[in-house]
Amino acid sequence: MMAALRALLVRDLKLAARVGGSGLLGVVFFLMLVTLIPFALGPDLNLLRRIGPAILWIAAVLATLIGLDRLFQGDEEDGSLDLMLMSQVPLELTVVVKGFAHWLTTGFPLALLSPLFGLLLAQEPDAMLSVMATLMVGTPALTFIGGIGAALTATLPRGGLILAVLVLPLMIPTLIFGVSAAQAALGGTVPFLTPFLVLAALSLVAIVTGAVASAAALRGGG
Amino acid sequence: MPTSLLWGLANPTRFMALSARVLPWMAGVSAIVTATGLYLALFSSPTDYQQGETVRIMYIHVPAAWLALALYTIMSASALGTLVWRHPLADVSQKAAAPIGAAFTLLCLVTGSLWGKPMWGTWWVWDARLTSVLVLFLIYLGILALWRAIEEPGQAARAVAILTLVGFVNIPIVKFSVDWWNTLHQPASVIRMDGATIDASMLWPLFMMAIGLTLLALTLHVSGMRSEILARRVRSLTLKAADQSADHRRPLPLGAGSAGAGPA
Repeated sequence: MMAALRALLVRDLKLAARVGGSGLLGVVFFLMLVTLIPFALGPDLNLLRRIGPAILWIAAVLATLIGLDRLFQGDEEDGSLDLMLMSQVPLELTVVVKGFAHWLTTGFPLALLSPLFGLLLAQEPDAMLSVMATLMVGTPALTFIGGIGAALTATLPRGGLILAVLVLPLMIPTLIFGVSAAQAALGGTVPFLTPFLVLAALSLVAIVTGAVASAAALRGGG
Repeated sequence: MPTSLLWGLANPTRFMALSARVLPWMAGVSAIVTATGLYLALFSSPTDYQQGETVRIMYIHVPAAWLALALYTIMSASALGTLVWRHPLADVSQKAAAPIGAAFTLLCLVTGSLWGKPMWGTWWVWDARLTSVLVLFLIYLGILALWRAIEEPGQAARAVAILTLVGFVNIPIVKFSVDWWNTLHQPASVIRMDGATIDASMLWPLFMMAIGLTLLALTLHVSGMRSEILARRVRSLTLKAADQSADHRRPLPLGAGSAGAGPA
């Protein structure tokens, strides 16, 4: 079973990396958003320093949506989803592995590169590290909540827009605690660890509920 | 036995027959109770010593908020009925409840906003209660969008049921937001462990309005279910007719379309 899951992970990563895949497209989109916002707000470094963590988190939420609509749709179209449904491996685990592969190509590189983007937003080194930590811990929640929407819309011809409408409200708690943890690290009344641990809990809960709900959606949608 | 009653109505034809007889009575009673409640709320109840006449907005706002949560809870119970017990009317109930719940959520947001301007000096604040109700409204809109996006009713029902259950996490957040976060919205004053903290002269009109609007919501819900069942019968008859005109040699099976709940 482990071999099957590892093969699935490698396959999804290869698909993302090769032509037509969306690997690292999220990072480019992230860079675009971070570039656009100072144009809209004006290049006031103090303002950017204050709202930088919030900008990075909103960019992370939007970048997660990239490629999410194809998470199960490609497999649905070429028939490999039917093979996954029929295989001995529990569908919940398959969903977790596919979600993990998506996170490795969107959330994880965003978190890794966030200090670089923080530089553009005039962030202090402390703030960069705290935003990086919150993104690292919080983006799995975004991916797995989004995965539910991806599974629900897998059979729809143009599922991308409706996917965003379905999952963005559910991502709000993650956004709230991600930003409040990042802000708490910059000083404030709440210690950093309180919202940070809630954020970690949200990710763990999202992985479990996301796996169960996505698997149920894929079984029902066939 | 509530479960046997639920299963007794599982036959759509029986549900249609019973609801056709009950519905006029429900509509009549809800009109009478709501009218009485409105009279009590708008004319015979006292004005508040602090809020003046604007307190009367509360008599719509509070029942609308309760119903926004109650209808989502009905939808979640129906979603369980669809996924776990495969009750044939559960998804019809879920689909009928969604627009009514969305409407009451919007009513709650709008009346709250109208009350907030004179009382708080602002149409909107990003307070925990207001924000969580706005998220509830967005979830309602997402559910309505998903219903419209998937063509096959059975498949749409299962997808929406999953989304409804996932979105249910927001309901306790809305309910307890005023206790967990101490922000602008006042804490609960009617349903409390130590009894209501508002005066009886205002509590009675509020209860009357709550009962009246609940009956109105139930009336709309049942009539929404009836029109959904009829729409599905039309759909399955149309599919049968199209099927038959495509293949003249195959006769229409006896009693086609009487099952009502869409094609099997």
